[in-house]
Amino acid sequence: MTLPTVSLPLTDTDSGHRLDFLLLADMVEPGSRVLDVGCGDGSLLALLRDTKQVDGRGIEISREGVNACLAKGLPVIQGDADTDLADYPDDAFDYVILSQTIQATRQPKVVLEHLLRIGRRAIVSFPNFGHWRVRFELGMRGRMPMTENLPYSWYDTPNIHFCTIRDFVELCREVGAQMEKAVALNAGGQPIRVSLPWWVWNLLGDQGVFLLKRR
Amino acid sequence: MRFGADEPLMMDAGIALSPWQIAYQTYGTLNADKSNAVLICHALTGDQHVANDNPVTGKPGWWLTMVGPGRPVDTDRFFVICANVIGGCMGTTGPASLNPATGKPYALDFPVVTIRDIVRSQAALIDRLGIEKLFCVIGGSMGGMQVLQWAVDYPDRVFSALPIAAAARHSAQNIAFHEVGRQAVMADPEWRGGRYQTEGTRPSKGLAVARMGAHITYLSEMALHRKFGRNFQDRSALTFSFDADFQIESYLRYQGISFVERFDANSYLYVTRAMDYFDLAAEHGGSLAKAFKGTPTRFCVISFTSDWLFPTSDSRAIVHALNAAAASVAFVEVESDKGHDAFLLEEPEMFAAARGFIDAAARVRGIA
Repeated sequence: MTLPTVSLPLTDTDSGHRLDFLLLADMVEPGSRVLDVGCGDGSLLALLRDTKQVDGRGIEISREGVNACLAKGLPVIQGDADTDLADYPDDAFDYVILSQTIQATRQPKVVLEHLLRIGRRAIVSFPNFGHWRVRFELGMRGRMPMTENLPYSWYDTPNIHFCTIRDFVELCREVGAQMEKAVALNAGGQPIRVSLPWWVWNLLGDQGVFLLKRR
Repeated sequence: MRFGADEPLMMDAGIALSPWQIAYQTYGTLNADKSNAVLICHALTGDQHVANDNPVTGKPGWWLTMVGPGRPVDTDRFFVICANVIGGCMGTTGPASLNPATGKPYALDFPVVTIRDIVRSQAALIDRLGIEKLFCVIGGSMGGMQVLQWAVDYPDRVFSALPIAAAARHSAQNIAFHEVGRQAVMADPEWRGGRYQTEGTRPSKGLAVARMGAHITYLSEMALHRKFGRNFQDRSALTFSFDADFQIESYLRYQGISFVERFDANSYLYVTRAMDYFDLAAEHGGSLAKAFKGTPTRFCVISFTSDWLFPTSDSRAIVHALNAAAASVAFVEVESDKGHDAFLLEEPEMFAAARGFIDAAARVRGIA
């Protein structure tokens, strides 16, 4: 049974763009070179190109996604974050974005290290497994959590490496990444007030968004 | 299109070929600012008749699925050009052409051809047509090699490039297959050291065997199994002979026989050699990324899962180099069990990718 109150990321009523994408786009300097790893249908890349004059590239594992990107005129490579990031030279991009994908990689730490190598900055967003609803599902109901944002059963989920916001902060320390910005978003994709302490973020944040820099 | 003594084709073999001619077909209309020209590069045994009935075989054009009104390469929007390769046998100068020095066919006196020579001849044609910049260069297999060579040799003349089932160099295995084919031709006593035209013979058997061998490499085990299995050909039991008991045998024999009716044996030697010699990185100090350095061209690379002649790893090497050169590159691996030949067949995923790439590039180029 899914919890009814969780909603998919909201879209901005004026632009039609997902709010979490607008927030990611806000972190990117205009005119920069961006690689979006796991770029899906290319919505974020198209947003960056159209509003920030970004020279964007993408990697996407699904053929449908790649074809959707091609139709948008986006140079996207069919590939796998776990195997193909090694092919990219150092400092090839100003930003490497990993949006809602790190939890589906086989080696999140290696992937994160590649992001920081390939890009001068990395932007990572991921579903927060420390969210209170997830904790409730596991803690109270004793079931692997299924929410509208994470609708898969444990046995068929592509998400094999979940983490909480605090876990991710710890991983950043381990790989020597400097956190330039950290934001927690609620289920609608809106940022939670900045002044709150970490543990509140970790409880209320539906997803974490981090702007990272190599130390 | 003829090129006289004043316009020789400077070939990599160090020979200035003159006079020479290039046979080509066009479809659609060149727009006022000449920005909508698409060059299609044909594969080893293809020709310029990409979207019209072939005058030799009477069969429909070889890429009607890709090129035509409303197709991904839409002849209602684009001016499409396809030319027969140098060394070929469909009207462009090749080993069967008359050598002005002897008054006889060149045969093996024809200089060995490279992919770069082929592209150079196409560039001369494009010049003559008054086209400065091609909107797109497209080709599969050896055609894809030409696409890559175009992008490297004339980066400012190629707006977008679509190499399909291609490679930046011919592999040892592929050279090996070609060598078997050439040896089959040369082992035919009718080949006569290449002078079969003047001696009135035809090395049909050798060329047919070469084609049979090559044809296997264009398919896949899955496709062969699905199409033929161990089915018998017009019989219900083994005949305990060397007749074509199996459908696959009959099919290959037919492929061989029909090929020799349309293709010249010496051309087969020359054009396979052009593919063997192809190594784009070698021309640039061994670095493919260096070959593409600073390229302004938009690339879309397509491969097929079951293609073992030009496997996905070859396409990935191209993509890798383009990435390292910070080029604009898209890449799709199409799921298909049809092997290398898939690029010539009905492959909706390939059409979708090509259409998306071409349409988006046309928007940027401002083509209606």
